[in-house]
Amino acid sequence: MLEIRNLHAANDGNEILKGINLTVRKGEVHAIMGPNGSGKSTLAKVLAGHPQYEVTAGEVLYEGKNLLEMPPDERAREGVFMAFQYPIEVPGVSNAQFLRLAYNEKRKHHGEEELDPLEFKDLLKERAKVVEMDASFMSRSVNEGFSGGEKKRNEILQMAVLEPKLAVLDETDSGLDIDALRVVAGGVNQLLTPDNAIIVVTHYQRLLNYIVPHYVHVLAGGRIAREGGKELALELEEKGYDWITSVDGGKGTGAGAPAN
Amino acid sequence: MVTELVKSENHYLTAFRELVPTMPWLELVRSGAIDRFEQLGFPTVRDEEFKYTNLASLAKERFQPATRAVEVIADVERFAYPETAGAHLVVVNGFLSEELSTRTGLDDVVAIDLFSAVADARYNKIARKYLARNANYHDNGLKALNTAFLQSGVFLWIPKNVKLETPLQITFVSDASSAKSASFPRLLVVAEENSSATLIESFVSNDDASHFTNAIAEIVLKDGARLEHYRLQNENRSSYHVGATAAELGRASSYDATSINFGAQLARHDVSVVMDHEGAECWVDGLYVAGANQHSDTHSVIDHKQPNCTSHQLYKGILDGNARAVFNGKIFVREGAQKTDAMQTNKNLLLSAQARVDTKPQLEIYADDVKCAHGAAVGQIDEEELFYLEARGLNPELGRSLLTYGFAEEVIGKIKIESIRAQLDEAVLTHLHTRLEA
Repeated sequence: MLEIRNLHAANDGNEILKGINLTVRKGEVHAIMGPNGSGKSTLAKVLAGHPQYEVTAGEVLYEGKNLLEMPPDERAREGVFMAFQYPIEVPGVSNAQFLRLAYNEKRKHHGEEELDPLEFKDLLKERAKVVEMDASFMSRSVNEGFSGGEKKRNEILQMAVLEPKLAVLDETDSGLDIDALRVVAGGVNQLLTPDNAIIVVTHYQRLLNYIVPHYVHVLAGGRIAREGGKELALELEEKGYDWITSVDGGKGTGAGAPAN
Repeated sequence: MVTELVKSENHYLTAFRELVPTMPWLELVRSGAIDRFEQLGFPTVRDEEFKYTNLASLAKERFQPATRAVEVIADVERFAYPETAGAHLVVVNGFLSEELSTRTGLDDVVAIDLFSAVADARYNKIARKYLARNANYHDNGLKALNTAFLQSGVFLWIPKNVKLETPLQITFVSDASSAKSASFPRLLVVAEENSSATLIESFVSNDDASHFTNAIAEIVLKDGARLEHYRLQNENRSSYHVGATAAELGRASSYDATSINFGAQLARHDVSVVMDHEGAECWVDGLYVAGANQHSDTHSVIDHKQPNCTSHQLYKGILDGNARAVFNGKIFVREGAQKTDAMQTNKNLLLSAQARVDTKPQLEIYADDVKCAHGAAVGQIDEEELFYLEARGLNPELGRSLLTYGFAEEVIGKIKIESIRAQLDEAVLTHLHTRLEA
């Protein structure tokens, strides 16, 4: 589904990603971990097409197509979704309006009929259950006045409505208390199918107790420093990131992701 | 240059001499006003209040004052908001049309021709007391010109304790059946003690012909009266629109005004609220949307003269193309007006590099125990917000429209009449782009 080859990316001339290789197949959950400044959020944003980052080398194939050539909105309509670390507030636009617009833009893109407000209301009601979200959130402006936890739940609601093939969750656990974390992770798990894939970007292991990854990739200095199964995350939790970043490379596991 | 200007204004003086004679009192008012206009003429950019709004092209054009009512407007109901349920007065080129107006549900409320009110023994005293009282023409040529051409207009009287349930709409239509017409709509509203009503003033053009509208609404709220007032200006793009709304508020009265300016090539709205009795509260909100070469100017004056009054003001502007807007908001807190609570915000969204806004909030405070805040902002579409929408599959154009709509919603959202809200949403969301690019 996703093939990242030797990806280099820069922000304002500073190279942040220095050759990322990653393969994600259908049905897989990948965790991208790493210390602050390792480039993990940059990777998420580059995949979503954030204009602030310039890809300086490498390629990204998504379902065989050149992802980097697509503008961000087309990536989204093609099924790439990024849950934002800091979801943006959109005053004056209700959650329901926004979601219906986004949903219908995707439907149109795929040659399907748009849903009218009533049909969409039913769908939205159904999907809102995934993140245990109250109907009152639908008529409120997108993220405006939402708590940190509510914003993150709203991201997962958007994911539930848009049904991406590839979801990239950028530090979705940051700022969540344990209850909210459980709800958000529970929502993500409900959305995982054999036909889609999820990349979880996180600093801490605790989210991975709930969303269990098939593979863990550890970024350091803009490269993947180590790869392994879910036990790697536990090891990191115990030892911290220092042992990876100090022992340069450490990518002894060879090319490709190890078998689960 | 000066001679040329004076000459072109002369045709108003000629037209004035041809007016049908009327009651002595009104003759007096009109001739006083035309004298004043003759002295003042149209304001020029040398006038501080018109520094950014150049009326030279308006002054040069030979608009012909309309002198009689047009009683035929095809499908006039298309201008009516359904919530008014038949409470719809139609004023064509400044003249109230009995043929086109309907008064369903008005019951005790008096909504008649302003001229007949002056002549009517029942309303004569009220009309004479309040006409040309709040809209002072002595320092303003435009107001003087409107007053000089008083020939009809609307007198709206809401008796004591009467609560008007359905909104009353007054549609001011400009019709070009007489070419290049100048019309001078006039409205006088007197809301007696503890009455309440909702009023919609809608300014529209019946065709694409260039015209000049110079409108004045004077509003008097007695003690405890409540008025919700919508002023919607959507005249065609070749027209000139200057308008004034002047309100005086009684003790513990409430005036909630929302002004929407979409139309005209050049639009100027002066809104003033005088709070000369304790405990009054007002909301003076607005939205101006301008594109292409439109010019939209709002001047407001909120005058706190007595203690314990509250004013809220939110004006938003959306500008595209080569549009230019002006917002000048003055708040006065007079000596002794303690416990005044005054709040003013003006925010502008520029959608193009050429669009420009001059915003000037002004606070003048002569009392010491007051709460006043004001602020002005000019910004563009936020790139992070736009990316967020793109990341959800909205193309950049749709994303910009949605953010623009969201920006306008803070004003549109508080409108309590759904069909107005829907019309404005539609105008902003669907037509904004094409409309502004057109």
